[in-house]
Amino acid sequence: MRNNNSQAVHLKKQILIKIIEAFFSDDYERNTRLIPYQMRPKGSQVPYRCCIYKERAILKDRAIAELGFSIEEHDETVLLSEYAKKALEREKPEKNPLTVLDAACKGCVPSRIYVTDLCQGCVARPCQSVCKFGAISIVDGKSVIDGTKCKNCKQCMQVCPYNAIVKITVPCEDACPVGAIAKGENGLARIDFDACISCGKCVSACPFGAVHEKSQVIDILKHIKNGEKVIALIAPSIVGQFPGNIYQLKTAIKKAGFYDVYEVAQGADVTTKNEACEFEERMKKNEPFMTTSCCAGYNQLIKKHLNEIKPFVSDTLTPMAYIGQIARKKEPNAKLVFISPCVAKRVEVEEDPNVDYLMNFEELGALFVARKIEILNCEEEKFDIESSKQGRGFGVTTGVANAVKDASKNSDCVKPTCVNGLNKDTIKQLKKWAKDGKCEEGNLVEVMCCEGGCVGGNATINSVKIASKAINEFKTKSPHINGVEICKESS
Amino acid sequence: MEKIQVEICLGTTCFVMGSSHLQELIELIPKRYNNKVEVSGKPCLGLCSQDCEYSQAPYVKVNNEVVSQATVEKVLKVIEGIIGNNEK
Ligand code: FES
Repeated sequence: MRNNNSQAVHLKKQILIKIIEAFFSDDYERNTRLIPYQMRPKGSQVPYRCCIYKERAILKDRAIAELGFSIEEHDETVLLSEYAKKALEREKPEKNPLTVLDAACKGCVPSRIYVTDLCQGCVARPCQSVCKFGAISIVDGKSVIDGTKCKNCKQCMQVCPYNAIVKITVPCEDACPVGAIAKGENGLARIDFDACISCGKCVSACPFGAVHEKSQVIDILKHIKNGEKVIALIAPSIVGQFPGNIYQLKTAIKKAGFYDVYEVAQGADVTTKNEACEFEERMKKNEPFMTTSCCAGYNQLIKKHLNEIKPFVSDTLTPMAYIGQIARKKEPNAKLVFISPCVAKRVEVEEDPNVDYLMNFEELGALFVARKIEILNCEEEKFDIESSKQGRGFGVTTGVANAVKDASKNSDCVKPTCVNGLNKDTIKQLKKWAKDGKCEEGNLVEVMCCEGGCVGGNATINSVKIASKAINEFKTKSPHINGVEICKESS
Repeated sequence: MEKIQVEICLGTTCFVMGSSHLQELIELIPKRYNNKVEVSGKPCLGLCSQDCEYSQAPYVKVNNEVVSQATVEKVLKVIEGIIGNNEK
């Protein structure tokens, strides 16, 4: 289950705040090195792990990830101060946006079918007779499963009259829709980046907080500290993630050192218009259906696992890509930072010609705390171009499909249907639609990787329910897409 | 009887550290306790500004008693405690 309000998330934010404080302090490297000692000083209580040293080791690992490095390759003898220095020196953020903290990961046992103590050693032994693989034997009067023979078919679980047989799951493996993360022989989870679609579901699922995004916070702050122009492109799902309104948030982001702030919803308006035109053309050609193309997790799914659906996917660019073009044109030399609800966009940013970096909502929040910026005390500042209610609704499930419908000339012909979250079942469904070349549910298929839409992203601060409500309220105050100015050149 | 006052800090620090989720209480509390408890969202309560106090955020005040690292469950428990005492 997704939980963005756990103790592990709280810890992650604390470390982020401390790294940012250290960055702006008079001795960044030293103060970074001291973070684990500050958080777990000598003699302090050990809230989670076996001993203070292990706690510090895990805090150090978290800090390394937040400085933007992979733990998998990390050498224990290297000090945090050294990592802090290297983060500052690097020209570009590392590839592969996620990393697994070994020290934190060892907590759970590999997934398998397991006979518990509830086994009564009954005479009937249905488990043994139902097993097609001969994996169950009786030892000391009780059933035991031979892991080398077991194929995880769960037949024995179903027939046991005492419900004594259970499946032990590994939350990250369970959450991953594409089988890209697994516990290896050594008990440590590993991500296969050839298969990984960066959906972030493992980040949210791990109760130990062992899967981390590799942050680019230092890279971004470096440019800010150097006095360069750094521009924030805020995703539509940011509404409801912070106190105050979006106009106060704009001021707060500028106070944090950004030169300017653009609404990605403005790019979403371009996406909507173009996608509506594209949809009409495709339908004229009698195509059976079209899927949206704005979700970064879905786009990676197509590339790595679902090539067959490509012909049905819209060619329209994402809101981020359009706002990137618009901002780049206006400010050729600025650094553009996408402010994001999720990790999947890190890969899109890496491939985008205009957008340079990504900062997620948690990281932006940490920046406000570290810089002591109180959003509620900030003045409101409007945007040069107000985005439409349609564009501002992109972050919530059904928002994109309904926007396209609203913008089309023949909106009666648009029959939206939504894939609200990618998982093994919905991926199967998409595969089927692609294979059959038809989709009974509708002709415009919105696909969102996260349940609830972008508001369900792994790096969000608020709950899906409260955030969606805030977005819907904001939408009602915004103009209709047919009345707003759309940047023509970006089509 | 005096109403129990619940103040949820919705200042930036508390919000980022988790009080965003406590907004749920604003709907939940009146439903559960009718007129016995009054709940409101507040700007920074001034508890986060001392050294590193963000590590204990989010904060909620229940009748001026500070609840740190507040969760929905923790706050409800404090309320129940006060109601229990009042009824004695
Ligand atoms: S933001 Fe809650 S006490 Fe300051």
